[in-house]
Amino acid sequence: MASISEGETTPAAGPATAKGPLIYRQSIFTRLTHWLWALALFFLLLSGLQIFNAHPALYIGQESGFSYDNAVLRMQAENAPDGPRGFTTILGQKFDTTGLFALSGGEARPSYRGFPAWATIPSFQDLATGRVVHFFFAWILVGALAIWAVASLANGHLWRDVILKPRDLRALPRDIVAHLRFRFTHGRSYSPLQKAAYFGVFFVLFPLIILTGLTMSPGMDAAWPWLLDLFGGRQTARTIHFIVMALLVLFFVVHIVMVVLAGPLNELRSMITGYYRAGPEAEREETTNG
Amino acid sequence: MADLILNRRRLIGLGAASASSLVLAGCDQFDFLGRRNDPVRDFLERANELTYAAQRALVGDQALAREYAESEIRQGQRPNGSTDPRGTNAEYLALEQGGFAGYKLRITGLVEQEREFTLAELRNMPARTQITRHDCVEGWSCIAKWTGTPLGAVLDQARLKPGARFLVYHCYDTMGGGLSKPEPYYESSDLIDAYHPQTILAYGLNGQALPVENGAPVRVRIERALGYKQAKYVHTIEVVDSFALFGSGKGGYWEDHGYDWYGGI
Repeated sequence: MASISEGETTPAAGPATAKGPLIYRQSIFTRLTHWLWALALFFLLLSGLQIFNAHPALYIGQESGFSYDNAVLRMQAENAPDGPRGFTTILGQKFDTTGLFALSGGEARPSYRGFPAWATIPSFQDLATGRVVHFFFAWILVGALAIWAVASLANGHLWRDVILKPRDLRALPRDIVAHLRFRFTHGRSYSPLQKAAYFGVFFVLFPLIILTGLTMSPGMDAAWPWLLDLFGGRQTARTIHFIVMALLVLFFVVHIVMVVLAGPLNELRSMITGYYRAGPEAEREETTNG
Repeated sequence: MADLILNRRRLIGLGAASASSLVLAGCDQFDFLGRRNDPVRDFLERANELTYAAQRALVGDQALAREYAESEIRQGQRPNGSTDPRGTNAEYLALEQGGFAGYKLRITGLVEQEREFTLAELRNMPARTQITRHDCVEGWSCIAKWTGTPLGAVLDQARLKPGARFLVYHCYDTMGGGLSKPEPYYESSDLIDAYHPQTILAYGLNGQALPVENGAPVRVRIERALGYKQAKYVHTIEVVDSFALFGSGKGGYWEDHGYDWYGGI
């Protein structure tokens, strides 16, 4: 495949076509780790919801209040006059979430669980298996991150495409407006908003979800007691872990929408073969950037 | 060349289609992972060995679990698992009715001298009191004050033989019942956890004698591990070189039901 693609790069040397040149955009390390994360995050999410279901409540502090209330989220089924209903309480606000949270599975086979069967691995209640799956893919996530960090530091991807520079921050408002008007640039380099999104994932969300995950380990709390102080207790860490999960799901949704809007085949190709069909403006960019 | 591009497009399309069908079809196609002997599950379980090795390398053998202030005890210790073996174990019922005066903790197996300790003898040994956080595998935590005899001091009296690698904690309570046959609860630990300064044979909880629901008369506290490692109602500690012959051979009741043995995460 590589040799075919290289053959295709020749138009780049010729006059600019309406389509723009085919450029080598993603290194093998970026592509490999991208798909490892896609796989790992899929299993981490669904096994994580399985683990959450073993105790579908989140708290603030070191411990879980049973004789007092320090919960910020709770999924609980209750008996209502017309039969059982599922309720989700967030910061004291109670919502009827029958069919989705706390009670799902329909009237024929009601299931009293936090997240519904289709959102967990395995689909039935099985904390032990959820933990086996979760910890395996946690190692994959962290291993891929280590490979990516070393490679991206060496090949410049980190500095070029992910680290936000003052120039990017200045251009950010205009880029946000451009995105809101569905005007995307298709150059070699990432747009400021794109950089900001990946910067947020690599420097905020990934470190947070890994460190809050470790804070839930009593073994790691003995090794690194500062984890408990950093996050304000094991139960707060568990709550942050959950919130970061939700933010990663949000990132995934936006990521998929952007891929579809920007040209799904071209975007998928660049993440599989590394080659990306740039827009006509890319020619200019490549020359000005030298 | 056009063919090649088409092929590649088709490949990418196929990949996208199969990925989306994976998501749309729901997750019961991964239910096979719940089968305890599935080879894929066995492979995934090997990550637990990596976690154990990594934590033993990263966590100092003497590193302490966080200890809390009295003011952070805000509720009673939440009982979980079996909370009353009196209905299923006549020997335990008799001991409890006698105020555990007849209770003896036995140290057996790979020791120079097998030993028995009454509750009074354990109470007369130097004690350790610690306010720690109990982390249940389900996800909740509870802070309580535990008082007991350091396990290391008890083991020193029996003197471990060379070849000793693990301790197996045998308990009065059983789990299961109903459709499945009741299984005696047991647990095990390595010697690092056994000799850890915070590992105690707890007989006191929040300044009182340990109640039945929390494991009277004696439960193990291994503070750097999850709740299911804190065996309750312990009557015998057996020093072994392998726990393969106990239960289903995984090192504990919950381990035999698919949970990881180390329990430090």
